[in-house]
Amino acid sequence: MSAPADFTRPLPRPTALSEPFWAGCREGKLLVQQCANCRAHVFIPREFCPFCHGETLEWVVGSGCGTVVTYTAVWRAQTPAFEVPYVVAVVRLAEGYEMLTNIVGVPPEEVRIGAAVRVHFVPVTTEITLPCFRLDPDAEDAQ
Amino acid sequence: MTGREAVIAGAFNTRQARRLEGETSATVTLAAIRGALADAGLAVADIDGVNILPGLDYERGARSFGYALGIQYFWVGRGAPGPAAVYEAALAIESGMADVVVIAAGEAGLHTDRATVAPWTRPSNEFIECWGLMTPAEFALSAKEYMVRFNVDPLDVAHVAAVIRNNGARNPEAIYHGRGPFTAQDILDSRMVADPYHLLDCATTAEGGSALVLTTAERARDLPGTAIRVLGGGSESWGPAYTHPPTYDRVGMLGRASGDRAFARAGLERSDVDVFELYDNFSWEIIRYFEALRYCPVGEGAAFVAGDAIEVGGRYPIVTDGGTMSHSHTGESQRNQRVVQAVRQLRGSSAANQVAGAEVALVMALGDIVLLARS
Repeated sequence: MSAPADFTRPLPRPTALSEPFWAGCREGKLLVQQCANCRAHVFIPREFCPFCHGETLEWVVGSGCGTVVTYTAVWRAQTPAFEVPYVVAVVRLAEGYEMLTNIVGVPPEEVRIGAAVRVHFVPVTTEITLPCFRLDPDAEDAQ
Repeated sequence: MTGREAVIAGAFNTRQARRLEGETSATVTLAAIRGALADAGLAVADIDGVNILPGLDYERGARSFGYALGIQYFWVGRGAPGPAAVYEAALAIESGMADVVVIAAGEAGLHTDRATVAPWTRPSNEFIECWGLMTPAEFALSAKEYMVRFNVDPLDVAHVAAVIRNNGARNPEAIYHGRGPFTAQDILDSRMVADPYHLLDCATTAEGGSALVLTTAERARDLPGTAIRVLGGGSESWGPAYTHPPTYDRVGMLGRASGDRAFARAGLERSDVDVFELYDNFSWEIIRYFEALRYCPVGEGAAFVAGDAIEVGGRYPIVTDGGTMSHSHTGESQRNQRVVQAVRQLRGSSAANQVAGAEVALVMALGDIVLLARS
């Protein structure tokens, strides 16, 4: 990432609630909360389940596999820290939850809605590893 | 009801510009309030309710500004600028909580670093900002999904931006007055910002202020201006902005229920509306509004807005001042500007693009709606 010295990419500032997620990323695991009551997978991290409102959410290791719900190729960077073009995407994981991410490793024109993707961890600092995604040629795309 | 009916008695935009030298958010907000009070024939001493947003001071702005104006005790509205603030103020007046409410917003001097996108478009959530998601990219996500799902021709979406920008090109008060005319192809030929949105599909950034004054119909009878009736409204949210990925399934029908409520309360049919002052932050949003409001079936909005349907002179004229794309976009006051322009259309005093005989206006911004009518 070639960026002017006074522009660094904005990095997550983990909270007590979210720290397990970022710790998982550092170890190459995509963690997600699962409700002990209704078994739903919940993202972003919360204090109670949005489906059944159960208050016991346990961190589990997710599949890291999903499909692209929608995406946009960004050509006007948020700040100069981002090298354009970059792809911002919503990925629906196999467990049924959605997360925002970047699709990396391919030019934007190769990304498609419904494309199968797999998590790809990108270390940025000693604290922060970002869960980006890559197209997954071994998996079947969604319709 | 109590028999008290709320009306809009004053509406005013300050001069809008890419940069207003020497102005601050406080001074342009004050100028907007002065202008709206003068338009209404009222004074600061008459105000007993405020919903004021200087700059981006969402937390303390209204109470600080009421205090700064020297008003000792005042009702505070919390609705977002634009249709939500207006309908909330109208209900406060009709229920007897206030008699004269000023709604205002203004911004100057906040977007100084032009290497970055505007400060109000840079989210701070830890699961959002690290991916480079700013406002155009956020809104692009749902537009992209819709356009793929319904196989929409990008030219049909660009047509919306061309219509709005051409309205602004004819408006001497728009910051891009004289900039145009544009064809849909011109929109697509502008540089890409966040696919499918090109530069000319997006709102601009500018500086300025806008304000409205509401009071009772009874009081307005003794005032010099033409009062505008507030017939109905609605407001709904889909959650905190910049927190959860905004897919089409999540945001596509935002405003449908509030639209149903607004029309039911007003006792109006969809066909009664003469002019649509819609929040045009991005071109496809206009198509989304007409679908959410049940003017056409979901997926058919591109055909609905085609041709001259949304032009001044068409059946569904939109964004007649040039909107956020051409008139101005200051961070928040642009949502008040939708209401200011609706008032001017209903008074027959639009600076340009007057819709002949306009009697009913619909103002919509995201999930917020208000229906206004000439007295």
